[in-house]
Amino acid sequence: MKSRKPSVPYIIWMLVFTLIPIVMIGFTAFTDKQGNFTLENFSKAFFYTDVFMKSLWIALLSTAVCLLLAYPLAYMITRMKESTQNTVIMLFMIPMWMNFLLRIYAWVTLLQDNGPIDMALSILGIHGTYIGNTFAVTLGMVYEYLPFMVLPIYTVMSKIDNGLIEAAQDLGSNSFNVFRKVIAPLSVPGIISGITMVFVPSASTFLVAQYLGGTDDIMIGDIIDKIFWTDQNTGSAISLILMIFIFVFLILMNFFGDEEAIA
Amino acid sequence: MKQTAKKTIISLKDIFMSYDGEVILNHINLDINEKEFVTILGPSGCGKTTTLRIIGGFIEPDSGDVFFDGKRINGTPPNKRNVNTVFQKYSLFPHLNVFDNVAFGLKLKKVPKSEIKRKVTQMLKTVDLKGYEKRSVSKLSGGQQQRVAIARALVCDPDVILLDEPLGALDLKLRKSMQLELKEIQQKTQKTFIYVTHDQEEALTMSDRVVVMNNGVIEQIGTPEDIYNEPVNAFVADFIGEANILNGTMVDDCRINILGKELECVDKGFGKNTPVDVVIRPEDIEITSPENGQLVGTVEKSTFKGVHYEMSVMCGKCEILIHSTKSAEIGSKIGMKVIPFNIQIMNKLLPFYNNELEAEVKYSNKDENYFEFELEGETITVNGQSFEEGTKLRITLPPSALSLAGDGIGDLKDVYIESVVYKGEHNEIILESDERKWLMLSDTDEQVATYVPLKFDFSKASFEVING
Repeated sequence: MKSRKPSVPYIIWMLVFTLIPIVMIGFTAFTDKQGNFTLENFSKAFFYTDVFMKSLWIALLSTAVCLLLAYPLAYMITRMKESTQNTVIMLFMIPMWMNFLLRIYAWVTLLQDNGPIDMALSILGIHGTYIGNTFAVTLGMVYEYLPFMVLPIYTVMSKIDNGLIEAAQDLGSNSFNVFRKVIAPLSVPGIISGITMVFVPSASTFLVAQYLGGTDDIMIGDIIDKIFWTDQNTGSAISLILMIFIFVFLILMNFFGDEEAIA
Repeated sequence: MKQTAKKTIISLKDIFMSYDGEVILNHINLDINEKEFVTILGPSGCGKTTTLRIIGGFIEPDSGDVFFDGKRINGTPPNKRNVNTVFQKYSLFPHLNVFDNVAFGLKLKKVPKSEIKRKVTQMLKTVDLKGYEKRSVSKLSGGQQQRVAIARALVCDPDVILLDEPLGALDLKLRKSMQLELKEIQQKTQKTFIYVTHDQEEALTMSDRVVVMNNGVIEQIGTPEDIYNEPVNAFVADFIGEANILNGTMVDDCRINILGKELECVDKGFGKNTPVDVVIRPEDIEITSPENGQLVGTVEKSTFKGVHYEMSVMCGKCEILIHSTKSAEIGSKIGMKVIPFNIQIMNKLLPFYNNELEAEVKYSNKDENYFEFELEGETITVNGQSFEEGTKLRITLPPSALSLAGDGIGDLKDVYIESVVYKGEHNEIILESDERKWLMLSDTDEQVATYVPLKFDFSKASFEVING
C-alpha cells in the first residue's frame, strides 16, 4: 500500500474549496430563503433559457474562431527556429500579464463610434457600428482566450517526434500528407484540451458581454453576477445548471478524444 | 571479384559535408551494388549516419553528387526517392495499429485496398508478425516494433533499404537473432540493404561488403574477410576484432623487424628501413617452448574463455595478446611463433613520428628566459629558452611531449581525437587541430571523436634555428 500521507493537504484543499462549496450551492439551489425544500428556483432559472442558449452559442462561436486561428498558428510556430519559437510564444503571453478588465476597456475604446476603427473605415467609405453586438462580444472573447487555445496545441505539436515526420516523408508523403496523416491526428489531444480550456471559461464568463455586447447580448455569467446579490437561491440554481452543462460537455470531449486515439 | 560484374545502384561522388565549420564528410566516394548487403561501420561521430541520411534525402550535401541507378538525385525529396529507411528509433506511428503502420506507404501510392491487404498480410508473415494486425504498436516489444519498422519499409518494394543502427536498442540475445533474421530477409527479398552500425561483429556477420569510416573519410571497403585479414591501417585493424598492433620497421621486402627481432613476412614494396604498423591477430600466435619461439615472453594473465584461453604476455615492455587452446601458467616463460602469412604490414596512419612545426619568435624575454610564438591563432609561451625576436625556428616535439591538459587549459584549446590505437606499450593517439595532425603517446584510454585541450612540454622538445 502506498502511503496516503502526502495527499492529505490536497484532500483538505479539495474538501474545503471544492466539495463543500458544491454541496452548499446544491443545498441553496434546492431550498428557499427559509431553508425549506423547493424546486421553485429552477423554474425561475428557466426564465433565462434564452440567455443560456445565447451564452452557449457565443462560447461555441468563440471556441470555433479560436481553434481556426490557433491551429494553423501553432503549426506555423512549430516550424520556426527554436529561439524564434520561444519569442513568438512569449509575445502571445504578454497581453495576459495585463489586467483582464483593462483589455476589455481597450476594445471598447477601439470599437466605439468614432473610435479608431470606425474612423479608419469611414475614410474608406465604410460606415457601421462595431460595438454592442454579438460580433464585438465574440471578438473580445477570442482576444481573451486565444492563448489558451494556442498553447496546448503548440505544446502537443512541438512534442511530435521529428522522426515520425521523416518516416512519413520516407514512405512517400509530401508535406500536405505529412500534415494530414501524421501531424493532424497526433495533435488531437492538444485540440481537445484547447477547446476545453476555451469553451469552459467562455461559457461562464461575465463583464465581456456587458461592455462589448448590446442589450440582448447578456451572458449567463452576468445574470448570475446580478441575481446573486438579491436571490442566492436562484443564482445557485443557475450555477448548478451551468455546471451540469459543462460537465456533460467535458464528458463528450473526453469520449471524442478517446475515440480519436483509437481510430 | 564477383561484385564488379554487378550493377551499381547508388553512387556517391565526392560528397563533402560540414556543419558549423566542422567537416562531417570529407570528399566521400562510394558505389553500392544491386542486391548487396553493405554495412557502413565506424565509431560514433565518423559520419556514417550522415552518409545514410544523404542517400535517404533528409539532408543535402554541401557539394558532391548522389546518383541513383545512374540518375543524379540531388535535391529530390525523400518521398520521391525509391529508397525506404528503417530508423534508429523505429519511428512507428503511435496513432496507427500494426496493419496501418505497414500499409502507410501503400495507401499513399493509391494501391487498391484488396492489394494492400494482401501485401501487408504477406509482409507481416515474412517478418513473423502474423496475427498482430490489430495490435497497437506501443504495446509491442522492442524486437516486434523493429520488425514492424522493417515490414513498413520493405512492403513499399523499394530498390534500396537504409537501416540506421536498427538493432541498437535491443538486448544482446535479441540482437543476435535479429541479425540472422535481417540477413535472411535480405536474401529472400533480394533488395539492396545499406546498414549503418558501430558494432563490428554485426558488420562482419551480415554484410557482403563492409565500409569502414572514421573522421569523415572511408578508411577501407571490402568483404568482411578482407577487412579482418588485411586491414589497410592500424585504425581498421584496431576497430575490427582484437589485434596486436605493433610498431615495426620494414628492413627489406619480406623482412620485418618487430620487438627487436627480424621476422619473415609476405609483404613487399614498402621500401627499405621504413617504419610501419604491424598487425598480428591473437589467434595467429602459436605457443611454443622458449627455445623454439621467434619471440619470448612471460605470461602475465590467463583467462579461460570457453573455446580458448586469452593470455596477456609481456615481451620486453610490450604486451601481446594471445588466443590459444593451449594454456600456459602465469609467470612462465613461453615462446611465440607466427607464420609469415599472418603478419600483416600496414602503412603508418601518419607520415611522421615526431611532431615538427615551424615558428617565428614573436616576443622574447632574455632576463626571464622565455619566448612566445603563434600557432593557429594562439600565443604559445616556451619557458627555459630564448631566441632573438623574428628568429625562425623548427621545433621538434616527440609524441611523449604532448599531453591532454588535465586542468583544461591547453596550448591549443579544442583538438579533435581522431584515433586511439593501443600499441602494446602505450596508446598512440592521433589528434587533429585546425591546420594539422599530431601524434601523442598516452597510457590512458581517451575517447575518440571528442575535443580536448592539448598541452606541449617544451623541455622534451628540440629547437633548430632555420635562418641564423
